[in-house]
Amino acid sequence: MSNENYERIPAEKFAFVQEDKKLRDKALETKARGFFADAMLRFSKNKSSVIAAYILLFLILFSIVSPILSPYNVRDTDRRYINFPEFVPAIADMKLGFLDGARTMDSQSDNAMLFWRGIAEETGRDPVIDTLDTHETVVKRRGKEITTYSYDIEVNMYYSIGVVYKTFSYAEYQALQDWQNETGIQAIRPYVNPEDISGIKDNANIWYKVDSKGVAELDENGNFIPAYATDPSKAGAEYNSIRIPGDDGSYVYSTAKSGSVQCRIDYYNYYQYLNGREPTFVFGTNVMGMDLFCGIGIGARFSLLFAVLVSAINLTIGAFYGAAQGYYGGMVDMTLDRISDILSGVPFVVVTTLFQLHLAQKVGVVGSFLFAFVLTGWIGMAALTRRQFYRFKGQEFILAARTLGASDGRLMFKHIFPNAIGSIITSCALVIPGVISSETSMTYLGIVDLSDFAGTTIGTLLSQGNGAATTAPHAMLWPSLFLGLLMISFNLFGNGLRDAFNPTTRGVDD
Amino acid sequence: MFKYALQRTAYMILVLFIITLICFVLIRMLPLPALGPEDPHAQVIEMRREAMGYNEPYLVQFWIFLKNIFTKWDWGLSEKLYIGQDVWQIFLNKLPATMVVNLYSIIWTIPIGIALGVFAALKKNTWIDYTISTLTMVVISVPSFVYAFLVQYIFCFKLRWFPFVMKGGTDWFSWDMFVSMVPAILSLSFGVIAGFTRTTRAELTEVLTSEFMLLARTKGLTKAQATVRHALRNCFVVVVPGIFGEFIGILGGSLIIEGIFAIPGVGGLTLNAINGLDYNIFMLSTVFYTAIGLAAGLVVDISYGFIDPRIRVGSKK
Repeated sequence: MSNENYERIPAEKFAFVQEDKKLRDKALETKARGFFADAMLRFSKNKSSVIAAYILLFLILFSIVSPILSPYNVRDTDRRYINFPEFVPAIADMKLGFLDGARTMDSQSDNAMLFWRGIAEETGRDPVIDTLDTHETVVKRRGKEITTYSYDIEVNMYYSIGVVYKTFSYAEYQALQDWQNETGIQAIRPYVNPEDISGIKDNANIWYKVDSKGVAELDENGNFIPAYATDPSKAGAEYNSIRIPGDDGSYVYSTAKSGSVQCRIDYYNYYQYLNGREPTFVFGTNVMGMDLFCGIGIGARFSLLFAVLVSAINLTIGAFYGAAQGYYGGMVDMTLDRISDILSGVPFVVVTTLFQLHLAQKVGVVGSFLFAFVLTGWIGMAALTRRQFYRFKGQEFILAARTLGASDGRLMFKHIFPNAIGSIITSCALVIPGVISSETSMTYLGIVDLSDFAGTTIGTLLSQGNGAATTAPHAMLWPSLFLGLLMISFNLFGNGLRDAFNPTTRGVDD
Repeated sequence: MFKYALQRTAYMILVLFIITLICFVLIRMLPLPALGPEDPHAQVIEMRREAMGYNEPYLVQFWIFLKNIFTKWDWGLSEKLYIGQDVWQIFLNKLPATMVVNLYSIIWTIPIGIALGVFAALKKNTWIDYTISTLTMVVISVPSFVYAFLVQYIFCFKLRWFPFVMKGGTDWFSWDMFVSMVPAILSLSFGVIAGFTRTTRAELTEVLTSEFMLLARTKGLTKAQATVRHALRNCFVVVVPGIFGEFIGILGGSLIIEGIFAIPGVGGLTLNAINGLDYNIFMLSTVFYTAIGLAAGLVVDISYGFIDPRIRVGSKK
């Protein structure tokens, strides 16, 4: 290209680039990615948070579905199935080693084994699932060596109840017989007079001849000798239903007891009569005889809803409070800060207790509990919003908006607040588990009793389970497991959200 | 610095005073627990109530309450749980158990927590770091009564290493007592360890990437030297106040853990006072817990000033 001198270019050589069409930027060739889409993309790269999100989803679904799936509700309590292990009849029959209502019983003597055999023979359901271990002890007595055996066995707790004494009115007794005739399931067993079994009155499971210590007397073949009552004059009411095999029609099925009928009832079958189904407890029962599967769902449902409600209220209050503090600064900030200092100084237990004592009668237990959470819960959110407002309020775009005549309210909520929304949303995900944790502690300690309102709560279940933590660990295990998983997944999920929304603070825990 | 500390302390006392006033009025507004007609202490308690000004306006009552505390250190008598006994004496009897258990727990957990945090920060972004961080997260999330259950089930029931509940008596530092406290100490420890690990790791990773660390390496220090002399010191600016706060916190203890392991401590007393509606004990616990909370915050704030010269110099202006 040659060097030309462009010093004097005549005006007519200039032409407008575009005279009749508008000048436009080139359209973006890639799709624009918004703030939330960007955050979601970052979030989905964080594996642990994604897994946590799925677990969380599962737990929430569980809390919705389990009370529906469970044949029981939280007010169904059984007086005899107390702290019993996990049991589903169909799975128990398959002998897979789980869901079979099994509890290990140590050092059962030969006599005890006979007792279990008695139950098995009478009810047709063998409570002994498995013999784990046999111990042999040799004792020298009067110069003779006597060998005794003891066994460690697994017992199906639901079968081990066997037969119980039960007193009915005549109408109830007849109704039970009608049900027997209809279904073919026999709940009423032949009666045994205490005098025929060495005067034992407190154990309905003995239907065979025993000595005074309650040890079975066997015949030469090693079989039990039945001791069923046969005297019809002592019968409590007429029996016109199924009879056990081997009954020639002489057995008596009840005895009179002051205007009512006492009989021996096969409890497992009687349970079917009462509830229309066999006992099915996927997570077992607790000390109230409540189905834990349903209880955990109901409790979790309440906890989650309550936590979301509390967080929403606190978030709103905190946002307004923090906005006022951060925006106006100076005296306003200081005054409001002193107020929140005082409120945050009161221990939560004290707040909850005082609210319960003062307000529970007026606004209900849940209402006063909610107030207790709201009284101090918003302080963290206010501090966060305040920080964000201090960060943004001096920036040029605020000055520009102010110059254009925007009001204080508009500046706060149209210009500053949207900039702070990311960190506020994410802190919400971390506030919820905090609320659940405090709520569980308070109900665990019994300071707040929500069972009338919510049925039960995880905290209540845990405190009920704690009493028998060694004999029935499942009653503690399932609620703990649920709560632990819920807290872990909520926190991991919240952390993931925070990292996604504020990439600069990734890995920094405050 | 001294002036700053003084200011903060005065402010703390003011806040404590206001909270006490509010709680006092709220507690006095509650209907008084009825005394049984046969109660042999009824007359004594009735007279005490008269002397405490129960029929006067609330502010007069508060004045009497404060006067009794400042002149005679008299916090009132227990009216339900330990009828007729001095509340302060009951409280003093309960304090050692809480303190000893918490003391044992933080003595061994703080070093472990810090060590794990330092280790994770030094191995940043390796599998060690990920494991420690995730575990920390998990441990912090799980509430303490879940640990208490696990400890009780595994160590006390299955392995039979420790007794289920704390043994009675007042030989706080004997070996038997220590063994019986171990389950409670363990249950308290997980949270503390995880807390310190998290703070230390977060702080140290930030310090390690700062420019003075680069300078330290450039002037010829080895990595170990630079870490010990520069990074750790800077990281402790945040960690050490946390330790002080934790030491104040041992007085408070944990309501839940004390309940589970039958520790005859302040937490159990408070809980019984709440459930038994013994207002004088509850009032003392309220003041106590509030004071502990505020004091912990105060100590943390002030110790920042003592440890970090930047804050110290800054406050002189």
